[in-house]
Amino acid sequence: MKVLAIDTSSIVASAAVLDGDKLAAEYILNHRKTHSEHLLPIIEEILESCGTDISEIDIIAVASGPGSFTGLRIGAATAKGLAHALGIPVVGVPTLDGLAFNLPYCDGIICPIMDARRNQVYTALYRWEQDGLCRIKDHSALSIEELLTELKAMSGKVIFLGDGVPVHREYIKEILGDRALFAPPNADRQRASSLAELAIRSFRRGLMTKYNEFTPFYLRKSQAEREYEKKQGAQE
Amino acid sequence: MSYIEEMACKVNEIMEKKSIKVLSIETSCDETSCAVVENGRNVLSNIISSQVDFHRKFGGVVPEVASRKHVELIDYVVDDALSEAGVGFEDIDAVAVTHGPGLVGALLVGVSHAKALAFALKLPLVGVHHIEGHICANYIEHKTLEPPYITLVASGGHSHLVHVKGYGKYEILGRTRDDAAGEAFDKVARALDLGYPGGPLVEALAREGDPRAIDFPRTYLEDGSLDFSFSGLKTAVLNYLNTCLQKGESVNRADVAASFQQAVLDVLVDKTVAAARKTGQRVVTLAGGVASNGRLREELRQRCTAAGYEFMYPSGILCTDNAAMIGCAGYYRLITGTISPLSLNAAASMEMDSY
Ligand SMILES: [Zn+2]
Repeated sequence: MKVLAIDTSSIVASAAVLDGDKLAAEYILNHRKTHSEHLLPIIEEILESCGTDISEIDIIAVASGPGSFTGLRIGAATAKGLAHALGIPVVGVPTLDGLAFNLPYCDGIICPIMDARRNQVYTALYRWEQDGLCRIKDHSALSIEELLTELKAMSGKVIFLGDGVPVHREYIKEILGDRALFAPPNADRQRASSLAELAIRSFRRGLMTKYNEFTPFYLRKSQAEREYEKKQGAQE
Repeated sequence: MSYIEEMACKVNEIMEKKSIKVLSIETSCDETSCAVVENGRNVLSNIISSQVDFHRKFGGVVPEVASRKHVELIDYVVDDALSEAGVGFEDIDAVAVTHGPGLVGALLVGVSHAKALAFALKLPLVGVHHIEGHICANYIEHKTLEPPYITLVASGGHSHLVHVKGYGKYEILGRTRDDAAGEAFDKVARALDLGYPGGPLVEALAREGDPRAIDFPRTYLEDGSLDFSFSGLKTAVLNYLNTCLQKGESVNRADVAASFQQAVLDVLVDKTVAAARKTGQRVVTLAGGVASNGRLREELRQRCTAAGYEFMYPSGILCTDNAAMIGCAGYYRLITGTISPLSLNAAASMEMDSY
């Protein structure tokens, strides 16, 4: 089974080809957000490099969210277009699940944080149990203060990763001290290979969507909708 | 062989074919649209999923909401376009897509999707300028129309006077320096509490009013300029409404709508006729959302007839944002071998280049 995985949920653009249990190719570009220009050329390049024709792909895996709204849509629209043309399923993998999966079999709590602006992070908490990754706190958008208050009440090491780390590292150290660990650069950002493996596992459990049914998981409503609801609420 | 090299060869094969079918996608604003167009002018399907109901409560198009809807709808619209045309992907020869100007987040959905389709189906990709699409809507409606001619493209996003010298050969003679014509309609509609979208609502109300009741300004700019400016007119309407409110005078909204509309149309019509005179062209076409305005059509027709010009405009559905016009424009680009790379990007504003 061949999976083509793509992730453009953050500043990183990544694509990978996983052929059964062999990672055939992976591309990680952590430079500037020019996903629209780069994503398809990257896909073309990695397929060409590992001698795979797009028609051999069985599943398209894509970061389903949360993340940059525009980035998620570039990934989603690309994934849906590929899956539609090829008549194959799309497997959406939560962005934070993918990040946590970069750190296999470690002890402690894994805490991916993505910079969500407006003084918030997108986060979830994970722990490894046997060979499976367990999400022990659901995806949420909250302030770093709220997150750290929650983590302070828990025990054990907490491993942080994601693009929220450079923004909040000092504050995290201040609050959690020695309990806080930070993933090294090879593992601390989105990697399409992690999505690809999680997608195969999901697919085996029957978790997939048809190309037309897939839509990103934004976690947040648009600003206009939030304001509209606030206004409606105030009128009631 | 890379995708682009392969496609350059493929275009030569396609040009030998008797029937060339282009699948086209348009997502520049709040319509998710996909069409299948044969040989540029024969529309096999033109599916338009309007999001207007989702945006009405916000009083205008919300870019983030529009972009989200495009992602949800795009594949359904593509499938509908294929099935209505009675074709499958295997019958398609190329993929065309609007890549600007427009709402960049919205455009990116169509562009990303079209690129993925083109790459996976191994078909040439053609990026199309949105205004070029509007201009081409007339080729679909009028099978005998050939360049050269003068066209007025007026919509919520743009007001352009273009000298179409050949297929893909454009000279912009004039454009708006501030608000687009349709934008002025939307803003005045809001000031009159008419709701959204403004154009048809202002037109309907104007039918009950006197277009000479209020003398709103007509901005012609410098002598001989074919550019437009509608923000002064919009401000004049807002000031008029404010003054009436302050003086406690009642406003005849129908007269305001009619007088405002007349002021817009006078400038549009005068400059369009002037463009034809200046270039010596004898065919004038109208395109874009504002081309649905019945009074604009009628006045331009009268003036063109009086001057001995032939006048054409597309039917209502082809005036709105739709993918068929993009498929038509994409076809003419394709047959000159003008194809796009997989790095094709979306842009909120871009010049209409000749090819
Ligand atoms: Zn338009």
